[in-house]
Amino acid sequence: MHEMSIALSIVEAIETKAREEGAESISGIDLVVGKLAGIQPDSLRFCFSAAAKGTLAESALLHIEEPEGVGKCMECCAKFPVSFYYAECPECRSLRIEIVSGEEFRIQTITIEEGEINNNV
Amino acid sequence: MCETCGCSTDGGAVLRKPGQTGYHVHISESCDGSDSHHHGEGHPHDHSHHHEESSSRKVLLEQDVLLKNNLLAERNRGFFEARNIFALNFLSSPGSGKTTLLEKTIPLILSHFPVAVIEGDQQTTNDADRIHILGVPVIQVNTGSGCHLDAMMINRALKELELQNNSLLCIENVGNLVCPAMFDLGEALKVVVISVTEGDDKPLKYPNMFHEADLCILNKIDLLPYVDFDARKCRENAVRINHHLEWLEVSAKTGEGLDVWQQWIENKLKQR
Repeated sequence: MHEMSIALSIVEAIETKAREEGAESISGIDLVVGKLAGIQPDSLRFCFSAAAKGTLAESALLHIEEPEGVGKCMECCAKFPVSFYYAECPECRSLRIEIVSGEEFRIQTITIEEGEINNNV
Repeated sequence: MCETCGCSTDGGAVLRKPGQTGYHVHISESCDGSDSHHHGEGHPHDHSHHHEESSSRKVLLEQDVLLKNNLLAERNRGFFEARNIFALNFLSSPGSGKTTLLEKTIPLILSHFPVAVIEGDQQTTNDADRIHILGVPVIQVNTGSGCHLDAMMINRALKELELQNNSLLCIENVGNLVCPAMFDLGEALKVVVISVTEGDDKPLKYPNMFHEADLCILNKIDLLPYVDFDARKCRENAVRINHHLEWLEVSAKTGEGLDVWQQWIENKLKQR
C-alpha cells in the first residue's frame, strides 16, 4: 500500500507550494501518472482524500492524466505502445526495448484559491 | 518529546525550515507518514496581499512526486561514496531466505571487509537479533504499518550505526515484491532474491521489482528436485524484463553457489 505514503508526500509538496504562493486553499491538482509508473490511480485517489484531511488540499479535485506506455526498439528504432516491460518489437521481434514514455510520476500544477480580503497573512 | 509542541514523538525525525520557526513536521519511525503531523504554519509572508475578490489561479510545479525521497537517497549515496561503503538493497517476498543468505554471507566477507546491516520489518527485532549474533553492527527499522523502507529511514539508521570506511552495508528491505521497488534508498545496487518454492513466473507477475534490480539471486536450489520450478524458465522471464539483470543460483542452507556470490561481492568491493 505504498499509495498512502505517496499521497502524504503529494499533500506535503503541494501545501508547501501553496503556502509559498499565499493561497487560502487548493482547489485542484493535476498529476501525471504514467501507466508504467507502478501506481494505481484509484488507490491513490482513495488515499489522497484521507491524506488531505485537515490540510489546504482538503477539498481539492484530483485530476490524473495517465500517459500510455511507449517503447522504442533498440535494434530498429520503431516506436510502439507497450503495456509492460517485457514488450517485443512488433517490427523486428527484438526484446531490446527502451521505455520512452509511461513511467512519468509528477505533480504538474495546482490550482490555488486566494482570499477576498486585504489581509496581512 | 518534541520541544516545540510537547507531543510524544518516540524519537521520530523532525523536519524544520529556515525562517519558519513554528514549522516542523514529525516523521514517525515508520515513515509511512501515518503518524506525521504538522504544526504551526509559521507563514513567512509579512507583506500584504491585495485582492478585490476571491480568485483562483494555476501554479506550475512539474515536481517529481518522489522528489523528497530521491533527494534524500542521493544524500545517502553521497555519504556512502565518501566513506567508500558498498551498499546493497536486498528485496524479496517474505520467506525467500534473505536473512539466512545474509547469515551465511557475512562470515565469508568479514575476513576481508567490515560488514554492517540495516534490517527492515514491520515488527520485531528477530532478524536483527540473528545478525547481531554474528558480531557485526546491525540496526532494525520497524516500519509499523509501512510496507517498505524509504530514504529517510536509512538516513536516520545511518546515524545510529557505526559504519567503517571501505565496508559492505547490507540493507534488508521489508519482505514485499511491490512497494520497495519504487523507493531509492541510496544503495549502489539492488539485489532481488527469489526462492524455488515460489513460482517461476514471479518476474512476470512482479515486473517492476525485476526491472529495478541489478542482480537476481535464486535461493534454495537444494530443493529443486522436490518442486516444479524451472530455473531456466525463471531466468528467461527475468531477463525479458531486465536485459541487464545479473543472475546467481545459491542454496544458503547447503552453501552451494555461495563461493560465486562471495566473489561477486568482493569484486565489487575491490573495484571501488
